[in-house]
Amino acid sequence: MKITAIRNWLSRANKLANEYYNAPYRAAVARAKREQDDLFMLYVYAEMMGIPNPASYYTLELQPLLLEQFHEWHLRMGMEHSPFDEFRCC
Amino acid sequence: MNAILLMLLGLGGMFLGYVFYSKYVAEKIYKLDPDFRTPAHEFEDGIDFVPTNKYVLWGHHFTSVAGAAPIIGPAIAVIWGWVPAFLWVIFGTIFFAGVHDAGAIWASSRNRARSIGALTGDVVGKRSQSLFMIVIFLVLLMVNAVFATAISGLLINFPSSVVPVWGAIFVALIIGQIIFRKWMGLGTISILGVLALYAMIFVGPAVPLALPETVMGLSDNASWILILFFYAAIASLLPVWMLLQPRDYINGLQLFIGLFLIYGAVLISGPELVAPAFNTNTPEGTPSLVPLLFVTIACGAISGFHGLVASGTTSKQLDKETDARFVGYFGAIGEGSLSLATIIAVTAGFATLADWQAVYHSFGQGGVSAFVSGGAQILQQGLSLDVEISETLLTVMAVLFAGTTMDTGIRLQRYIFQEWGGIYNIKWMEKAAPATLLAVGSCLILAFGAGGADGTGGLAIWPLFGTTNQLLAGLTLLVITTMLVRLKRPMYVTLLPLLFLLVMTIYALLIQLKGFYDDANWFLFSLDLLVLIAAIWIALESASALTRIRRENAADQAGENATENKANRS
Repeated sequence: MKITAIRNWLSRANKLANEYYNAPYRAAVARAKREQDDLFMLYVYAEMMGIPNPASYYTLELQPLLLEQFHEWHLRMGMEHSPFDEFRCC
Repeated sequence: MNAILLMLLGLGGMFLGYVFYSKYVAEKIYKLDPDFRTPAHEFEDGIDFVPTNKYVLWGHHFTSVAGAAPIIGPAIAVIWGWVPAFLWVIFGTIFFAGVHDAGAIWASSRNRARSIGALTGDVVGKRSQSLFMIVIFLVLLMVNAVFATAISGLLINFPSSVVPVWGAIFVALIIGQIIFRKWMGLGTISILGVLALYAMIFVGPAVPLALPETVMGLSDNASWILILFFYAAIASLLPVWMLLQPRDYINGLQLFIGLFLIYGAVLISGPELVAPAFNTNTPEGTPSLVPLLFVTIACGAISGFHGLVASGTTSKQLDKETDARFVGYFGAIGEGSLSLATIIAVTAGFATLADWQAVYHSFGQGGVSAFVSGGAQILQQGLSLDVEISETLLTVMAVLFAGTTMDTGIRLQRYIFQEWGGIYNIKWMEKAAPATLLAVGSCLILAFGAGGADGTGGLAIWPLFGTTNQLLAGLTLLVITTMLVRLKRPMYVTLLPLLFLLVMTIYALLIQLKGFYDDANWFLFSLDLLVLIAAIWIALESASALTRIRRENAADQAGENATENKANRS
């Protein structure tokens, strides 16, 4: 009983410490990650914009997977609507 | 008087301030509402807007606002005796800083967590917004120059700290990698990191390092300043997880351990205050207490820098609006208690009055070095730690603080340059490296321009830095006051501090202006003039904004009365 209490307390302390370590830099790290992701989106949808992409055979497979992020991505890139004629978004 | 009594009085006063005054302000003036949907929930995106536990948020808010400034200021200001410094720190914390910090969080969270700079534009006026940018830039510029000077002074005075100070950076680099690659849990790593840091502090006195008197024609002071800025430039360009994040973390732990040690040592040894309560015998050239005290101690009593942190990051992570009281007000108290520890160290940490007077032989003396040697005496008496080790420990604490502030400052300045590059369409200025060079360059000009080639001029601008910092606080208070007037709530809790700050800063600027003129220091003279213009401008803006809103309110009232009358008549 006591050991579980101590263990609970330790895991709580660890969680708080993790939070304390990450909270102030969460934004900067997440932003850097988002920038990389945005570049990746560009690779995946490159062919549709007329940019030749040698790996398009593989990236095509990823398109449905990334579809969920598509809306936010085109908004972030400063395009109000989907840039593709054949590919409506909103 | 005994230091224990002073400590209890100070901590007790601030605690009462938290229990009663902050409750009044939070409930009656800001009317913090637990049901209000804070921006952290409304715009939750996992990046900027993340609801955060209030204790964690407090830890961050406190460690990002607490730098070396609450140490340097009081350590200079005790030259007028310990009573004035003590009173200004305690009352400043209770009635100025706490209200200001909590208010900045509140104002920002009620306005979609926008920064005080952006709020100034909306609430007060466009002109004030540009003014705000200028004041921020000046504050950052001065903070970097002052801290570089302070650090180089410490490294020269306490050569035993050179190894642990630079070693701490390597510890941080290693910890950063370990955490990033998830090799170990954070708990283990924190203990190992702190142990490694303290091991180096114990080793430090055995391997003192000092630069030669002159390096390539430059004094050792100047060389350290150049090295520090070189380091800060690189640190501000690295990805944050590599150096900044682990170093901040270790710093935070260091801060809590340091405060705990100092207060513990005071409680055990109970030293007597050797410095006079009111120093009637101030050295020649010491300016008068009013108004210089109120700008010499900025952080620790009230500081505009807090408003930037409060509205920039803290407000975006506020889980419940009522947390603003704890995070903001108690954050200010944390900083006040750091200043209180400094006051005790620099007044009780000397054996005799003559020793104290030898350190405070002219205005601007003392500073961090006095804190380090005074604090070391207390640690030695209380915990029977070796003096040299205690000195190294406190130096490392102060240097790491100032260092963190420096590279955050350089990073922020770089953002400002990049933003200007964007606004004025200067392509090269938008890139990180050239913008960093510009930031470092402008700070170096100030550090060397203010006091000649040995770079000791940095501390000459300390009061000027305090003044600019107070101006920034004034702008934040202006925003809060304007909001309160719009909401038709009592505005005295923020208006009175605002008026006090404006009067004191303008008065202090005029006195310093005369001082620089007499010394024929034209560089600082023009800087002072620039700040003075900004100060007067803020005073005018405040007056015009407040009268305008009151008139609008009155017109509204009249309009309402008229419709009411009409309704009554018909």
